[in-house]
Amino acid sequence: MTLTDYATACLLILGGIFFLAGTVGLLRFPDVYTRLHALTKADNVGLGFIMAGLVLQAESWLAAGKLLLIWLLVLFASASVSYLIARRALNKGIRIWM
Amino acid sequence: MIQALYFALALFLLLNLCAGLWRILRGPTTADRMLAAQLFGTTVVAMLLLLAQASGNPVLRDVALVFALLAAVTAVAFVQRAWPEEKESEHDLN
Repeated sequence: MTLTDYATACLLILGGIFFLAGTVGLLRFPDVYTRLHALTKADNVGLGFIMAGLVLQAESWLAAGKLLLIWLLVLFASASVSYLIARRALNKGIRIWM
Repeated sequence: MIQALYFALALFLLLNLCAGLWRILRGPTTADRMLAAQLFGTTVVAMLLLLAQASGNPVLRDVALVFALLAAVTAVAFVQRAWPEEKESEHDLN
């Protein structure tokens, strides 16, 4: 196992931990807004770590670039989507957990 | 060794996904159920990328890209179109 394999392994495990945090947040938090927050933040960071781990292993710069693009797309998409859902939920009167 | 880690992590993400199903079951509002779909989107993208690296064929990365795009489109379609008018009793209004 070379150095990059070790780096990839710890980055992937970190990503997995953040995914776990996102899912636990989705299950445990009291209302839509906090679940939304936990979900998008944790998953994007988790995906970012997994992406970083995989970029080290990518065989060509093209593959590494594609991985980065996928992560950016997911980042922007889930940020705007979570804003959309939260605003619509607020308009529909879903109460904020106090 | 690193191959085993890829598959182990993909399996872990799958279990993560199944844990997310509970929110669909119990979610008081339809928005919560939509969050589980959002979780599906991100988790499946991560799993696909891991499997692309583990199995060695780069096609799966394009599948992950399309999946990420569709997850976003699905959520937008839900918010704009398919969000039903919720009955008062369904979510905890004071």
